[in-house]
Amino acid sequence: MNTVKLEIKKRLSDKIIDWHEHSGRRIYIKIKAQDLKEISNLLFFDHGLRFCTASGQDTPLGIEILYHFGFDYTGEIFSLRVLLEDKKNLKIDSLTPLFPAAEWIEREMWELLGIDFIGHPNLKKLLLDDEWPQGKYPLRHEHES
Amino acid sequence: MSHKVVIPIGPYHPLQEEPEFFRLYVDGERVIDVDIVIGYLHRGIEKLAESKHFDQVTFLVERICGICSTSHPFAYVNAVEDLAKIQVPERALYIRTIIAELERIHSHLLWLGLAGHFIGYNTVWMWAWKYREPILDCFEMISGNRNHYAMMKIGGVRRDIRDQDILPLNKTLDELTRALEMFRGVVMDDPVIQSRLKGVGILTKKQALEWSVVGPTARASGLSIDVRKDDPYGVYDKVSWNVIVEKEGDVFAKTVVRILEMQESISIIRQCLEKMPKGKIDADIKDIPVGEGIGRVEAPRGECFHYVRSDGTNRPIRHKVRAPSFMNVASNKIAAVGGTISDAAITLAAVDPCYCCTERTIVIDRPTDKKIMNGWDLIKLSQQKTEQLKKTHNL
Repeated sequence: MNTVKLEIKKRLSDKIIDWHEHSGRRIYIKIKAQDLKEISNLLFFDHGLRFCTASGQDTPLGIEILYHFGFDYTGEIFSLRVLLEDKKNLKIDSLTPLFPAAEWIEREMWELLGIDFIGHPNLKKLLLDDEWPQGKYPLRHEHES
Repeated sequence: MSHKVVIPIGPYHPLQEEPEFFRLYVDGERVIDVDIVIGYLHRGIEKLAESKHFDQVTFLVERICGICSTSHPFAYVNAVEDLAKIQVPERALYIRTIIAELERIHSHLLWLGLAGHFIGYNTVWMWAWKYREPILDCFEMISGNRNHYAMMKIGGVRRDIRDQDILPLNKTLDELTRALEMFRGVVMDDPVIQSRLKGVGILTKKQALEWSVVGPTARASGLSIDVRKDDPYGVYDKVSWNVIVEKEGDVFAKTVVRILEMQESISIIRQCLEKMPKGKIDADIKDIPVGEGIGRVEAPRGECFHYVRSDGTNRPIRHKVRAPSFMNVASNKIAAVGGTISDAAITLAAVDPCYCCTERTIVIDRPTDKKIMNGWDLIKLSQQKTEQLKKTHNL
């Protein structure tokens, strides 16, 4: 029996909004945005998970971010799902101070989706041209209200 | 008194074949900081994928990279098959594995040749590329294309490997086995290459973990990670092979990992050709349901990560691509600092960076920055160092 999955489930118990196992190796965990830093710290340092990447998405309910952590001994991916509802004020704690692996992907999400990462040491453009207009975010969608 | 000098490399220069920009801050001969700026190859492919239907995206992501062109479509079809829980016919899985391993060999040979060139071993460069050529011929024989093979498809592969292809394939592998034996001797036992690459551009195990690097870059730093072993796809769990791990974390370790990995790839392909069952190569998938999926592939440079979400239409509503170089190139900041300028060229090249995948590295040239060298100068400096070493070894 896989112990890491059980351990993580136990340690996060009161912080889990939803735990969904799509398949044996793909686990999606919905959490509150304010718990992200603490949980990431626990996954990365206590359980030795590797930070794969993060993917942001514009949904009708708000901007959703998935933080993908891989556990290479079992091939599992634990994806932390957070939802930022207020599109006019998108803010979340930066994970870069915890581990530098998050630096580039946070810069990417900042410029493509307009999310402010609080505490990021080097929040500047990664991919877009310097002349790209401020306040235009290529990965945002127009949603019908 | 020392002056801090900035050496801009890029965005267009001969050190790499793609646009990127490194800003090396140097104090005398020593590199004290590196700034990496990327963005020259950003083509908005993730955004574009939202406007293509699921089958078209396979071809779109194949165009992300010309070297590991099958890695992205492979990771993408894995993601969609994870999303829709599709059962792929076994023969197709074998064919996918063979293609992916052939690609690893040609990609590693390409790197080995470039690395040889950077340190002034042009014979290694020419021999490595000479033996890469027959691999491309194999791709042409199987798929009709040398580089963009277009083999992947959701639910299977687009072309079969015919019985008459197996003999020439095995023959190419025989020749390559002999060539790899030669490279083992020529590269790994050469005293000059050893003193040129050992202890250069070290990324420790701890740093490798902090930067979450992947592929040969991670395995050369003592991390035994390989998606093929950890989260098997294709038929990697049905053949026997070894994950090559070295501890030192320097450029030499990265070279050893790649050379030995090619031998494992040959073994994998041979086993696949032997065990491959007859049968269908396509599951005939029509619709993709609502859901989300993650697909991973061990590309030649490391884990290639794709996330796909479907809202039930014929197009993905989100498709996230994370290429291995996105993690590895960022770690150059650590590996190059503390080294000398003459080692910078080979250190920056050691992660086998792929910018069209990462889309993304620059070093900015400020008006006040004094340019003292360009990319060619750096390669020349690197080659001069090797010449000096050859003299000390009486070669």
